[in-house]
Amino acid sequence: MTALRSAPAGAASAPRPTRTRPRVSPALAAALAVVAFLLLAAIWPALLATHSPTANDFAAALQSPSWAHWFGTDEAGRDLYSRVVWGARESLLIGVWAATVSLILAVLLGTTAALGGRVLASAVGFVLEVAFAFPALLLALLLVAILGPSAWTQVLAVGIGTAPGYARIVRAQVLAARSSGYVEAAVALGHPRVRIVLRQILPNALRPLVAIFALSIGQSIVWASSLAFLGLGVAPPSSEWGALLDAGRAYITRAPWLVVIPGLVIVALALAATSLGGRLRDALKTGEKP
Amino acid sequence: MTLTTERAATAQAHDTEPRIRVRDLSVGFTTSAGHREVVRDVSFDLYSGRCLAIVGESGSGKSVTARTLVGLTGRGSRVDAAELSLDGDDLRAFGERRWREVRGRRIGVVLQDALVSLDPLRPVGAEIEEALRLHGWGDRPARRRRVIDLLEAVGVPEPARRARQRPGELSGGLRQRALIASAIALEPEIVIADEPTTALDVSVQAQVLAQLDAMKRRGVSLVLISHDLAVVAHLADDILVLRQGEVVEQGPAREVLAAPRHAYTRSLIAAVPGGHTRDTRLAPEFVLPAFPKPRAVPDADVPLVEAAGLRKSYRSPGGARHLAVDDVSFTLARGRTLGIVGESGSGKSTTARLVLALEKPDAGEVRIAGREWTGIRESRRRPERHRIAVVSQDPLTSFDPRWTVEQILRDALDGALRPVERRARIRHLLRLVALDENLLGRLPLTLSGGQRQRVAIARALARDPELIVLDEAVSALDVSVQAQILDLLVALQRALGVGYLFISHDLGVIHHMSDEILVMKDGAVVERGDPDAIFHAPQHPYTRELVGALQRLDEPTAASATHPSGENR
Amino acid sequence: MTRTSWAEPLRRVVQAAAVLLGAATAAFLAQTALPGDRATTILNIRSGQAVARTPEELAPIVAQFGLDRPLVRQYLDYVGGLLRGDLGSSYQQFRPVWNIIGEQLAATLVLSLTAITLAWLLMVVWVVATAGRGPRIRSLGQTVDTAAAGLPHYWLGIVLLLVFALTLHWAPVMGGSGLQALLLPALTLAIPLAGFMGQATRTELERALEQPFVVSARMRGMGDTQLRLRHVLRHAVLPALTLSGWALGATISGAVVVESIFNRPGIGRVLVTAVGSQDIPVVTGIVVLIAAVYVVANLLVDVLYTVVDPRVRIA
Repeated sequence: MTALRSAPAGAASAPRPTRTRPRVSPALAAALAVVAFLLLAAIWPALLATHSPTANDFAAALQSPSWAHWFGTDEAGRDLYSRVVWGARESLLIGVWAATVSLILAVLLGTTAALGGRVLASAVGFVLEVAFAFPALLLALLLVAILGPSAWTQVLAVGIGTAPGYARIVRAQVLAARSSGYVEAAVALGHPRVRIVLRQILPNALRPLVAIFALSIGQSIVWASSLAFLGLGVAPPSSEWGALLDAGRAYITRAPWLVVIPGLVIVALALAATSLGGRLRDALKTGEKP
Repeated sequence: MTLTTERAATAQAHDTEPRIRVRDLSVGFTTSAGHREVVRDVSFDLYSGRCLAIVGESGSGKSVTARTLVGLTGRGSRVDAAELSLDGDDLRAFGERRWREVRGRRIGVVLQDALVSLDPLRPVGAEIEEALRLHGWGDRPARRRRVIDLLEAVGVPEPARRARQRPGELSGGLRQRALIASAIALEPEIVIADEPTTALDVSVQAQVLAQLDAMKRRGVSLVLISHDLAVVAHLADDILVLRQGEVVEQGPAREVLAAPRHAYTRSLIAAVPGGHTRDTRLAPEFVLPAFPKPRAVPDADVPLVEAAGLRKSYRSPGGARHLAVDDVSFTLARGRTLGIVGESGSGKSTTARLVLALEKPDAGEVRIAGREWTGIRESRRRPERHRIAVVSQDPLTSFDPRWTVEQILRDALDGALRPVERRARIRHLLRLVALDENLLGRLPLTLSGGQRQRVAIARALARDPELIVLDEAVSALDVSVQAQILDLLVALQRALGVGYLFISHDLGVIHHMSDEILVMKDGAVVERGDPDAIFHAPQHPYTRELVGALQRLDEPTAASATHPSGENR
Repeated sequence: MTRTSWAEPLRRVVQAAAVLLGAATAAFLAQTALPGDRATTILNIRSGQAVARTPEELAPIVAQFGLDRPLVRQYLDYVGGLLRGDLGSSYQQFRPVWNIIGEQLAATLVLSLTAITLAWLLMVVWVVATAGRGPRIRSLGQTVDTAAAGLPHYWLGIVLLLVFALTLHWAPVMGGSGLQALLLPALTLAIPLAGFMGQATRTELERALEQPFVVSARMRGMGDTQLRLRHVLRHAVLPALTLSGWALGATISGAVVVESIFNRPGIGRVLVTAVGSQDIPVVTGIVVLIAAVYVVANLLVDVLYTVVDPRVRIA
């Protein structure tokens, strides 16, 4: 603040950041390609798959990746690539649902903790502190223990498990908006409180959430697959990626591709979601001071 | 500290030769946005025991020019010069290693504001010792002793204890002296001071300038960088005026200030507000909008603002109570300007917030036009809030970051008018502040500082307020832009009859603007009166100190005669 | 410095205790949340059969677990037990939960602490080397941080296992003891953590490099490396330090997966088995324990923070 006068920007002609067409970097192109491919696999698996995901062929069991089977085969001779493609829909859905649950909870808890009356805000804040004391995976495991393993349990467990972390972010954002200069200016202008909350605090505070949502889809798929890897996910013979991991665990030494390749797909998706989320956040940042 | 005979002999030899010679210096920056020339064809000489002041506003390139002398222009910069020499060494050929030998030993640099220019996590003694250690001076015990000697020499009492404290634990004055000590630890013969008084309280400014003056008399060559002509006036022997990277005027200080040749220098001098500029235009070439006939001020006998016995205290995180406003009372008549002046921590901003009813006073009240203001519930006050508006120091933080200029103004009008009328009113508001209509679709982030402040003023005028609270509204602006805004504010007051509560730490601005002045210190009003009384016959010792330390363009002050150890704060 | 300088630490301890109590309450609620009659469920878990039970069969279970007492009384008993270190009895095994966990706890703690140490080392070296340099190096650093932070433990563990143990034979594949066996599992936990902390540290370091006090140090003649290590590092690690409290809880929970992959002893395996058989007391016991570790770790981190950054000293 003290260096305001010595700032390099000229007084009369501040450089105008023009809306240049965003140049597509190779990283961004790769991220988009991954997402596009997996979306297509989810919508129209038959188009992309080379074999049926359930066709057993014991003669070809446990083969490493080759031209015939791009990702190799599992213990029943099923083509791994096709299984991955067919499993995309369920896996993506689990991720999207979990992210939705997580973010809805996060927004509810976070805004209440930041905006509610003194009693309510402290109470919710306290609940968040307690929830945050449980690592996400453990919270998820606890829920699985109570509810029993299934796809919906995965969604709820991951959603509720990751919600406190995001709730904290939401709370910080809303608090920052609430104590900002433009909110104070609005008070001085005589705007009623409800109007300020709805028209200024929430839109500004929740703006980055769009980007966080993209990020959390990737995160949720990773968490869900971790649960499944531990044997607490969807039961076989589902092609859901987590189930693939679970099934492949037994063959780590003999057929590592059974775990490594689906894991790689998950990692790629998570990275793509993170980088797209980051881009989204940058694109939405219009008037923010650096 | 006295000159050794060796240094005296060197000084003799250097008297006739410039120590630093710069010819046709140009500096460009290459960023992802392209190449930009920041400094173009600047030439100057620096002689022993003389002070060269490089003066300019933001974007003038004055800091960059000085940094070429220590090779720290920054990443992506390219420095070209026909000559750039220090005591005969060609600096253009210097590699990083040789530069490191120059920095701190042959040229020392004092930056602004010790609070951020010293590592906040380390004791100040460590920072000073670091300068010695980097150049291999003595062993550790010797260095420790030297640190204490240095602190004592710059006038820090209890130097051994202070050396162990961190910058945040020292007062502003002591911090700044510690910063100076760290820059001159190795007794460099050339010292660059970059904005040495900005962001400092007036009394600390005087101490710093006294230090620099003492250095000069010991034979040190000074390069002083500043935007503030008044500060520069009594220290500088030569002045270099830069504008947008080019030299506009240079020569002996007396000549440049008394008889400036270039129009820019003239306007820069004319733009500095003070008692002598009252009721005159600071920026005559700035075209003001044509205002309608000044309207008659109604109800002239009922004061616009009456503050009585205001008290406000805060609880700091450690639990201590801090009294920010202590029994403050004042009145402001319609269409007049009350100036509140004080240094940081004086409580002037808190007082403003109380008047705006953004905070509730612990005791006392504010009445607006005879009616209760702070004592009523917010729900009753809200419909009346349009009568008071505010313009603050940093308009950007008071604008919703998503909104364009049009949206900001529309929000301020808040459905008080029909859409057609609203559009007309918005256009009218822009005209009032001399802004072009095509700025309506722009984001404030893309506007200049002056334009942003004018948008803030337009917003303040939206509902035809009776009072505008201006809280350091011009403090962050360049002198020339500040002049324009002040002229605009004066004209608006005359045309619209609006009253101003003008808060600033800048005495010159306050003297120029106010009909009545309140001097605040530590939350209390120590003196009040009309400008002439305050500035020419101050009663309270604090006021006298403030006025005395004020650097005036026309009269070099007594600061140059102050003993280097100055006051102990 | 003020007369209330002990008030703030006391407040934090009280707050921590309150959070622990909340965690215990949540754990208790989890135990009562099992659908169906609890006594029946317990018997079914123990016998592995899901059948209806007669009251005579249920009576000893009800007595043992105190299921006939009012809920509030059960809650108070539970909390009282926690304070004594009694985490309840396992549904599946006929043993107190603490015995089950206690045997395995040490191994997991060793793994977690090693992982955190490794993560700090990796992160500091990487960030100091790559932050604040030319745009290409910086974006490489950022990409590596983000990529590392997003790697799932199970995948990374298996890849490391494949590459270093099975192919290169640098480390034992399964089991083993001592440092060698600790390396790969700790690395699996350390790499994502390093990436995560690295992001925060990098941002802070680059911000600190722009600060005026860094310019001052340069003006005194300081070179770049010294600058980073002596001045900036202390500022830059502050956010990572804050994260370390959370990191302990996260690495312990990550150990669940890692122990499974590398066949290491630890509470991870206990936890997974308990979840699979719906042995709630064991699960909640572990969860409460980890919550306690998290709370205590955060308190310690707060203290450590004021040592590194005396500006926020509690006074």
